[in-house]
Amino acid sequence: MRMRHEVEHEKNELNMTSMIDIVFLLLVFFVMTFKIVEMEGDFTVRMPLAGDSNATSDVTDLPLKLRLRADNDGKLTSMSLNEINLGTDFTKLRANVIGLVGTDEPAEEDDGPEIEIDTDYNLRYAYVIQAITSVSGYRDDTDQVVKLIERIKFAKPRR
Amino acid sequence: MKVKSKKPNLAEGDLTPMIDMTFQLIAFFMVLINFSQTESNERVVLPSSQLVKPPEKPLEFPIILHVAKDGEIILGGDSYTTETLSTGLRRELAVLRAEKKSPKDANVIIRGHQDVAAGQVQEIIRVAQDQQLEQFALRAKEDRS
Repeated sequence: MRMRHEVEHEKNELNMTSMIDIVFLLLVFFVMTFKIVEMEGDFTVRMPLAGDSNATSDVTDLPLKLRLRADNDGKLTSMSLNEINLGTDFTKLRANVIGLVGTDEPAEEDDGPEIEIDTDYNLRYAYVIQAITSVSGYRDDTDQVVKLIERIKFAKPRR
Repeated sequence: MKVKSKKPNLAEGDLTPMIDMTFQLIAFFMVLINFSQTESNERVVLPSSQLVKPPEKPLEFPIILHVAKDGEIILGGDSYTTETLSTGLRRELAVLRAEKKSPKDANVIIRGHQDVAAGQVQEIIRVAQDQQLEQFALRAKEDRS
């Protein structure tokens, strides 16, 4: 007589292999496509074509003029704001802008002070962005952005 | 008589912690993945600025122009110079007009390389102005230092 002494506990085991395969595929996909993206932001420049603007050409509302000069390598050599020579010091530029427009909250978007940037053709773009940063505001001690000039435009390109 | 069937003795490791970890990793990468990389171009290294912040809502009707160091302009995968850019812009504006929008509603996002000549960017703005575009965004990367 055949006797069965032990009842075999049948283990109900899932076969994990295929799941792990898929999971690793997913993992590899995400690792490969992962790229740390730097945070980016914009400076908005509103520049309608000159001539058709309905802006009243008020003499008292002339824009500030920022002139950026460069050497042959595109390096900034000097800046001047409304003929005030500032050298290459962007903090000086910011101090002058604060002196000219004050730190009051700028009026409505279309009504604040305006600045026109006139740059040498071969000046490196990074300097222009640095200048725009300096004139458009700064971060105060509490890391809040204090806005200065929001209306920025470019003069005609110099060839 | 006791008959014992001989089963091969498989040494099975416990896979649970490994699967746990792997799922954690997948979740991590899934959350961080950013598919909006179509906006970026490896030839452009943006200048940095302390003031820019990522926009709260994306700009409407963006036209993204990548400006490489040598002044080459990339719009929608095609490469242009300042002389030929107007054809590319006209193509974009045709799409815009089909949606009953005027060029004034479009935002031209300029992603200029930090070492490109500033005059090149000015030229691009001038070409875009000729196409009645008037809203521009100069893109920079956030500098938290």
